[in-house]
Amino acid sequence: MTTLAVVIPYWGQSILRSLGVAAAVLLPAGTAVYVYLFKMVSFMQSRLGPMEAGPYGSMQLFAEVGKFLQKEDLIPRGADRRIFKLAPIVVVATVFLVYVPIPFGPFAVFGSYDTGIFLALAVSSISVLGILMAGWSSANKYSLMGGLRAAGQLLAYELPMVLAVVGVVIQAGTLNLQGIVAAQHSEKIFGWGGIGYPYVVTQFVGLAVFLIAAQAELTQTPFDMPIAESELVAGYMTEYSGFRFLLFFIGEFAAAGAFAALASTLFLGGWALPWVSLSNHWMNVVGPLVLFTKMMLVMFVIFWVRFTYPRLREDQLQRFAWKVLIPITLANIVVTAVVKVVF
Amino acid sequence: MSSTEAPAPPTDELREGLVARLRAELGDGVVDTHLVPGDDLWVRIRTDAWQAAGTAARDVLGCEYFCFLSAIDWLPSPYGKGEDDPTEPPPERSSAIVQGYAGGGSRLQVLARVGSVRAKVALTLKADVADDEPRIATWSGIYAGANWHERETWEMFGIVFDGHPDLRHIYLPTEFEGHPLRKDFPLLARMVKPWPGIVDVEPLPGGDDAGEAE
Amino acid sequence: MTAVSDRRQLAYIASQAADARVNVELETEGMTLNIGPQHPATHGTLRIVARLDGEQVVSADPICGYMHRGYEKLTEVRSFPQVTTLVNRIDWLGSFANEVPFILAAEKLMGIEAPPRAQYIRTILFELSRIANVSLFLGDMGVQLGALTAVFYAFRDREYVLNQIEAATGGRFHPNFDRIGGLKDDLPKGWIAETRACMDKMRTFCDLMEDLLVGNEIFAERTRGIGVIPRDVALSYGLSGANLRASGVDFDLRRDQRLPMAWDKAEWKVWTHPDGDSFARYWVRLQEVRESTRIVDQLLDSLPSGPVMAKVPRIIKVPEGEAWVSTENPLGEMGYYVVSKGDTGPFRVKIRSASFNNIAVASWVLKGTFVPDVITILASLYFILGDIDR
Repeated sequence: MTTLAVVIPYWGQSILRSLGVAAAVLLPAGTAVYVYLFKMVSFMQSRLGPMEAGPYGSMQLFAEVGKFLQKEDLIPRGADRRIFKLAPIVVVATVFLVYVPIPFGPFAVFGSYDTGIFLALAVSSISVLGILMAGWSSANKYSLMGGLRAAGQLLAYELPMVLAVVGVVIQAGTLNLQGIVAAQHSEKIFGWGGIGYPYVVTQFVGLAVFLIAAQAELTQTPFDMPIAESELVAGYMTEYSGFRFLLFFIGEFAAAGAFAALASTLFLGGWALPWVSLSNHWMNVVGPLVLFTKMMLVMFVIFWVRFTYPRLREDQLQRFAWKVLIPITLANIVVTAVVKVVF
Repeated sequence: MSSTEAPAPPTDELREGLVARLRAELGDGVVDTHLVPGDDLWVRIRTDAWQAAGTAARDVLGCEYFCFLSAIDWLPSPYGKGEDDPTEPPPERSSAIVQGYAGGGSRLQVLARVGSVRAKVALTLKADVADDEPRIATWSGIYAGANWHERETWEMFGIVFDGHPDLRHIYLPTEFEGHPLRKDFPLLARMVKPWPGIVDVEPLPGGDDAGEAE
Repeated sequence: MTAVSDRRQLAYIASQAADARVNVELETEGMTLNIGPQHPATHGTLRIVARLDGEQVVSADPICGYMHRGYEKLTEVRSFPQVTTLVNRIDWLGSFANEVPFILAAEKLMGIEAPPRAQYIRTILFELSRIANVSLFLGDMGVQLGALTAVFYAFRDREYVLNQIEAATGGRFHPNFDRIGGLKDDLPKGWIAETRACMDKMRTFCDLMEDLLVGNEIFAERTRGIGVIPRDVALSYGLSGANLRASGVDFDLRRDQRLPMAWDKAEWKVWTHPDGDSFARYWVRLQEVRESTRIVDQLLDSLPSGPVMAKVPRIIKVPEGEAWVSTENPLGEMGYYVVSKGDTGPFRVKIRSASFNNIAVASWVLKGTFVPDVITILASLYFILGDIDR
């Protein structure tokens, strides 16, 4: 903590870190919910959205949280109680874990690992377990169908996501997210260092596939078969109400933030600004804001697509992942590797 | 009606052709017809020729389009229109059964309409149904849409369709007793509370304009 | 038999038994799923009992009647003008269109015709009901497939049409405007110009739906080839309206029968599609809304002047007889078989509603489809519960 020139004992640092990760997860989630879910979709659908709670409905989120917290805790009679209660916790916990390796500034990172991106992707796939647990333990045929669809879909779309990232890793030469940010900051495009070298310039295929796969991992339309509101009511979340549903809700939007943060870090340059030195201590404060801005841009695309497109059927979804996305990403890896060696 | 010579009734070759072809196919299965030139055609079929009539309509007349199948109960309702003054004894009502176009000999009659989309013409087929045991053959093998219509007709009138694969209730719950569209099945809403239109007529606010219809 | 082969035989039998146990445990049995009566996808209280094998439908049985109101019995205790109020509520999205065939049947029995201006206005209001009804379908199909935004545009633009209907008749959803012999009232001042502007807006709306949904690849993937109903099956089940025309049958009751209405006074086209799948049904309805706007424009241009009500006695007694009139309603062919005994009220009214036949085909077409396709097919067949259940 050299910037502040204060000595904080280790337990104090741990508390600060816990609060920090809670803020890092909940702030983007909350902002995304308000800006995109309440306001942007409303304007797209030629309506206003919440306007009563606070100026322009800005307090609506707190009202919703309060509403969920004071609801009755319902568990269906035939449900498997322990797994029913555990499922949302699994989903939310894994989302928190995804934020751990993401760097917010030169030293503002919860854990800098040499296998950073690998860790993030591995942890994000644990949420599949949570969804399956929710679908199975609800004792409801609709939830079961939603859970099964989710399992198939999420497993299928893990692969294009991982393969899309491999291209970036080849270019950067490291799995460490901090190193990837540094690489994008320091390199030059054809000798011009004005904006650094965000990997979106050469890895546009990778970014496109990553966003599509992220859309599927978040079970957002056009990949929202597991939820499929007009068929399965709410899919695996049907039987959840009150605080447990709130956990799923937070998990969904926090995960959107997490994948947006990963996309920004891998493809758009992360927390770094190209003209500011990497080791500038003020970037510990400005960096999170920069990353947040880039996350909001990526989330805008995610939610825009969500509210426009109809949904793909399960088999069409699988076909798209296995027959279209994976070959494209494999080709991308080959081309990247060849170009890296040749040039 | 003008006093000068009435114009000759127009001929309807299309519909008369249908009648002729139907008679040729069914012989005396065609009991009676009623043709309004340029407008519509009713044909009454003998009860046991009902299925043959359906097949003939589809194959010989080319009427592939199934419009509907239902029934009529020609008994005048013993409850009138549910407007009886409950304080008075019920009025005398005729219970004479008078059938409509193309005649008839029974209280219940099955009624079906099929059409040809090519010739752009349709016809209504009727058939008597025996009073003591209302049964008639099914059309569900000829027109697939007849399946649901026959279920509804059985449910509402009590006419059993021989050969129907799945004759069960369609609108009403399974335990429902009675056949609601028969005239002797009372409309319970009117039994409970007769229509107050006759008994208590309040004056319109601001005076009425020469009185409403009674 | 040596001891070794005995042991081998025992081992083989034991493994077979173990396999059999595993097979029995893994064997999938069908799951019975109740889609409805409370479900976001069915427009109202329709229940489909589907037996599923995984995600594939083995058999589907639509169960209706949750909204049965007994209309045919109710008409027997009402007078002829009172039936109009009742009948508005069968297809409640385009309700003026429900009144028209009944009034025409009563007029046929009485031997009178409405004056020309009334015929034109009836046709215009009929087409406005069609636009109001089908434009909701255009948006709603998007919702069933997951494109949530489309239906908001549909509701927004439909308001213009409902405003016009309300301005003319006094009721947005249940006008109760038709009378035996004509209409209740004439059009208000300025209505014609406003309706013309409204028709322009509806054409813009159709273009919007075409861009948003018809041009969308995912929409095409979800609807093309789904729920194909061939021509002979469609005719045998009695499908009507856009469902029939989407299976390639060129049949439109507005063109193919003589009625005292003004459809033959305008130039318009009947749209058909050869495929018979869900996409065809959507596409045909989209074109029909556009065509309706053109009909309304032409009729507004050529609207004759004159009275809107013929001379009818104050207490209407319809002479004895039977009459059948059916029209091309927004949902399909709707017809009334009216039997009169010379009384002030009908003796028997058989209401032939389009959605009853349209849903009967569901048990045939849903076999072998996936659960998401069930939703697509039901959405594309487009039924209104009041029309099925009467």
